[in-house]
Amino acid sequence: MAIYRAHVLVCAGTGCASSNSVKIMEALEAELSLQGLEQEVQIVKTGCFGLCARGPIVVVYPEGAMYANVRVEDVPLLVSEHLLKGRIVDGLLLKETGIDETGKENENSEFFSRQLRIALRNCGIINPENIEEYIAYDGYQALAKVLTEMTPAEVITEIQASGLRGRGGAGFPTGIKWGFAAEQVAEQKYVCCNADEGDPGAFMDRSVLEGDPHSVVEAMAIAAYAIGANEGYVYIRAEYPIAVKRLKIAIKQAESEGLLGKNIFGTGFDFELFIRLGAGAFVCGEETALMASVEGKRGEPRPRPPFPAVKGLWERPTILNNVETYANIPVIINKGADWFRTIGTESSPGTKVFAVGGKINNTGLVEVPMGTSMREVIYNIGGGIPNGKKFKAAQTGGPSGGCIPASHIDTPIEYETLIELGSMMGSGGLIVMDEDTCMVDLARFFLEFTVEESCGKCPPCRIGTKRMLEILQKITEGRGEIADLEQLEILAKNIKAASLCGLGQTAPNPVLSTLRYFRDEYEAHVLEKRCPAGVCKSLLTYSIIPDSCRSCGLCAKNCPADCISGDRKTPFVIDQSKCIKCGTCIIKCKFAAIELV
Amino acid sequence: MKSIAELQALREKAKKDLNLRNTEAGTRIIVGMATCGIASGARPVMTALVEELAKRNLNNCTVAMTGCLGLCKLEPLVEVIDEDGTKTTYIHMTAEKARRIIVEHIVNGQKCKDLMM
Amino acid sequence: MSLVKVTIDDKELSVPEEYTVLQAAREAKINIPTLCFLKSVNEIGACRICLVEVQGARSLQAACVLPVSEGMVVYTHTPEVREARKVTLELILSDHDRSCLTCNRHGNCELQKLAEEFNIQELRFERATQKYRLDDFSPSVVRDSNKCILCRRCVSMCGQKQKISAIAVNARGFHSIIGPAFDRSLAEAPCVLCGQCINVCPVGALREKDDTDLVWQAIEDPTKHVIVQTAPAVRAALGEEFGMPIGTPVTGKMVTALRRLGFAKVFDTDTAADLTIMEEGTELLHRLQPGGVLPLITSCSPGWIKYMEHNYADLIPNVSSCKSPHTMFGALLKNYYAEQNQLDPKDIVVVSVMPCTAKKFEAKRPELSTNGNPDVDIVITTRELGKMIREAHINFVDLGEGNFDHPFPTASGAAHIFGASGGVMEAALRTVAEIVNGEELQDIEFHEVRGLAGIKEATIKLKGIDLKVAVTSGLGNAQVLLEKIRAGEADYHFVEIMACHGGCINGGGQPIQPSSVRSWTNLKELRMAALYQEDSKATIRQSHKNPLIQALYQDYLEEPGSKKAHQLLHTHYQARENYPE
Repeated sequence: MAIYRAHVLVCAGTGCASSNSVKIMEALEAELSLQGLEQEVQIVKTGCFGLCARGPIVVVYPEGAMYANVRVEDVPLLVSEHLLKGRIVDGLLLKETGIDETGKENENSEFFSRQLRIALRNCGIINPENIEEYIAYDGYQALAKVLTEMTPAEVITEIQASGLRGRGGAGFPTGIKWGFAAEQVAEQKYVCCNADEGDPGAFMDRSVLEGDPHSVVEAMAIAAYAIGANEGYVYIRAEYPIAVKRLKIAIKQAESEGLLGKNIFGTGFDFELFIRLGAGAFVCGEETALMASVEGKRGEPRPRPPFPAVKGLWERPTILNNVETYANIPVIINKGADWFRTIGTESSPGTKVFAVGGKINNTGLVEVPMGTSMREVIYNIGGGIPNGKKFKAAQTGGPSGGCIPASHIDTPIEYETLIELGSMMGSGGLIVMDEDTCMVDLARFFLEFTVEESCGKCPPCRIGTKRMLEILQKITEGRGEIADLEQLEILAKNIKAASLCGLGQTAPNPVLSTLRYFRDEYEAHVLEKRCPAGVCKSLLTYSIIPDSCRSCGLCAKNCPADCISGDRKTPFVIDQSKCIKCGTCIIKCKFAAIELV
Repeated sequence: MKSIAELQALREKAKKDLNLRNTEAGTRIIVGMATCGIASGARPVMTALVEELAKRNLNNCTVAMTGCLGLCKLEPLVEVIDEDGTKTTYIHMTAEKARRIIVEHIVNGQKCKDLMM
Repeated sequence: MSLVKVTIDDKELSVPEEYTVLQAAREAKINIPTLCFLKSVNEIGACRICLVEVQGARSLQAACVLPVSEGMVVYTHTPEVREARKVTLELILSDHDRSCLTCNRHGNCELQKLAEEFNIQELRFERATQKYRLDDFSPSVVRDSNKCILCRRCVSMCGQKQKISAIAVNARGFHSIIGPAFDRSLAEAPCVLCGQCINVCPVGALREKDDTDLVWQAIEDPTKHVIVQTAPAVRAALGEEFGMPIGTPVTGKMVTALRRLGFAKVFDTDTAADLTIMEEGTELLHRLQPGGVLPLITSCSPGWIKYMEHNYADLIPNVSSCKSPHTMFGALLKNYYAEQNQLDPKDIVVVSVMPCTAKKFEAKRPELSTNGNPDVDIVITTRELGKMIREAHINFVDLGEGNFDHPFPTASGAAHIFGASGGVMEAALRTVAEIVNGEELQDIEFHEVRGLAGIKEATIKLKGIDLKVAVTSGLGNAQVLLEKIRAGEADYHFVEIMACHGGCINGGGQPIQPSSVRSWTNLKELRMAALYQEDSKATIRQSHKNPLIQALYQDYLEEPGSKKAHQLLHTHYQARENYPE
């Protein structure tokens, strides 16, 4: 057996894989064997480290040196310097610089050390395709503990005591949900895992499944034991091929190790786990729609009650938890509810993973204790806003969430505070917007998504969101009237009240929250026919600054609408009635004589 | 796997393999592996260190490499940094000497005075 | 049954625990509007018109699916509830083709009624609507997606009740459309054209193909001898078209009205039903001989026949070769009657008034014709007859009682009950039993095959044989029975299958009752009762005792199952693909 003196961890999550980490791994292999180091240095394929913006990420142990933005060309240097000669290649190391609100360098910025990783504890640390590595990091200890030392009721009590709440969006207490299902008397019960992760930009569930699939397998077995089920389904979107592959490997490994299947640890507990692929409909993240889809039906929600804990999959008691929720379970069992409660807030213990994106330096996955302020996440972990721009708002909770303005940046992030602000936790998407974002256009963008993803079962969502979108289109195209704002509010209120499922009930949130915090922007669009952020094309005017124009005629020559005229002696003029606002003139002008207002 | 005991055994074995990634692990042994070190025979020294550690299940100890320590004529050089931070530098190392360091310094806590700088 | 206490709009009441809030509110005489809801067919809480406020609930709840629970406090008329319902209705209307005046369902539209009740005077949210192509390619059912409000009653009916799923929701969101897979027409799908979807449609999105113009044209053509015949179930329901109570038999008024419309002759399909019993009964007796293929399955229901051709073609040898009664009658009219009256069959137009949309398809089957003359030229439904009567400005309710024309004025009571599930079976038994036993029956009523049970089984003790029979109606129920037959797990001798639950009285061409009636009234039972009432009043109650039938065999058909009878009164079937190229 080879004894390795160094491990080279290469991120093989979707983010890094798409930025070429697979090639890097191949190059490393080739280079190591060229230098005769293949018996000394082991390459380990891992899940996501979280800092996707700086991918591909390569970490070399025992030094723990983290290299960022590694290119294939960098591999020979990395091998000959670090792995052969032991000299850390400073130039490739991850530099954590951030920008503070004033645009200066932020000394507090530290992407990793400011996080607390529970759900993501093993991501980027272990090889997800090797069950032994998971076991080395206390994997399956929790399952062993519940099966041999705890009754199902004790497991539920422990989870209830931990205060763990569903990380998929609604924040329902997990232990209480399990308790409901456990109370049911039925021949067959099911546990189900929601890995449908439909919020655009959110990818923590994918990351857990790619980086630490066994944690979900173990947690589902624990849940099954707690409620008296012996069959489980993971519903995962087919667009997550790497996650699916690793989960399949994990299930197979767990089966061959006897951690899944019949009579686990000789305790008489049986548990089988199956994978169901989703086709990517957003609504299939809603629990009843998800279960319909698992059953092979059209993925559509149904009214509750009956709740899944009473009548779920195939009308049997079922619990459904999201990937991140499950990933917390083994840790809670191992370290205890009391420990878990020391993290986070009173009403929301533990941590939450956020997928931070948009106008922020460190795009990626961030896990912080509940109650951490948005400022901490955006500036100290996220590294601030690029290009010295001002922070305007953050959109949390995906397309059904709301926008939180800069004035609330110090709000601690937890379920209730976000709802008070008109947003929601959702699955933990956090999209940062700077001053260049038009809030009306943003609301339109999110609504476009929900209109597209509405299943069409109930009219408020099917038709109502479409009508709202039409009004927003009208406004962003400069045809809005002040009465439209009132109509938006009536529609939003009643769509929330009348829709059948969570999708419709939350779809108006982006509109309502932007109307609440950025009404002036709506009014500028409607009353002044002006887009303050300069985003809504139809409301922009291209005009030539006479003093700057050198009458070269380049703009007129390139104008596809043929709406610029002038002669060699006088400044050129744009005929606004014909202008199609394509922006060609502004690109072509060599004298910056064309402005956009 | 049919018992908890088996799980624990597997865990211990796997833990050993992964100890390398524990940057907070107790003792660190650093081998000078610049051109001068390699030229004067640092590689077999390092291999010996790694093998000896593995053989003795010394999970709390890692071997790392470093560049030139500036004392090229004393190469191969090995630094042992104990948990408390005490640094001991051994010079003119060979594979044989390296094994001694593991046995005497790492296992028994007795510095090999005759090998020190 | 345990009771729970609920409070609805401050009224306290105790209701059975399995009640929904909607049912409980009815008990309290509190009316909650509904739209997608149709009891026991479509209880999905989709349309959100029945929203109510439940104390302690996070959001408004759909009363139609919300089970009551102890101590539940419900408000049905708060400002929030009213606004949510009204906005929802306005949204539905904003995506609906509102050409009400020219709509088939004008005046009988559940959406129109709601718009009136909600006092909708303007639409606040009117913008883009969908524009869909009309699907009128099948001879029976027209699908107009521009009028569809996606309530899904039809989908539930087709998928859950009939277990055909010829239509379902396609695409999603605002682009959702209900129809066959792959954007096909009903004519290119496994649709059996039973028309049950029409009966449950609250609006004009599904309707029968209107053939009334063809009838008017024929009547107005002086060269044509236009004969009308009416199926048994029509008389049990036609009155509903004119606001008469459900289950009022209107045979006499119907005959008078038809005569007023200008038909040359008004005959009763029931006469041909007696003929069917003679032929089918004989077929059964033959098959009971060694080597006969059993069970024998009835062939009166064209929806069932098309379903069988799509899904159970392996059972073709089991299906009776008898034509359905109205096509038997058509063949007789264009041959025997034509000869008797020296008429060229080409000049005879046979119009069938049927409770059925599938009959329109059946009439177009090339095998149901003699020498190139179709047995039946035009089929109209009970609803279309209602339309024609209104079009002629006839005051139906006040009409006098007419009698069917000679030479076919009489039919037996056995024929009248053909329109109810179990009726064909009972009629056959009334004749077959006497033939097998060689003596008159003491009691001619076979109650074990009556009623609305999905599958009815009976063993009839006859001389030398225990005749095992089964009766099923509704294709979902039929499927269960057919699977047993296919698997060889059933030892029936004779099976009656009707595509529509309850039989023809509930056919896809019958008057449409809104959910507010259909959900809370046993429509099928009332209409069935009308037929059994007609039977019990009849002087002749067995087919073989109908003197007219006896004469017909004597003068023309020789004997049941004769070569002549086979030529005119029997047919054959073919396997059909579900999604033909």
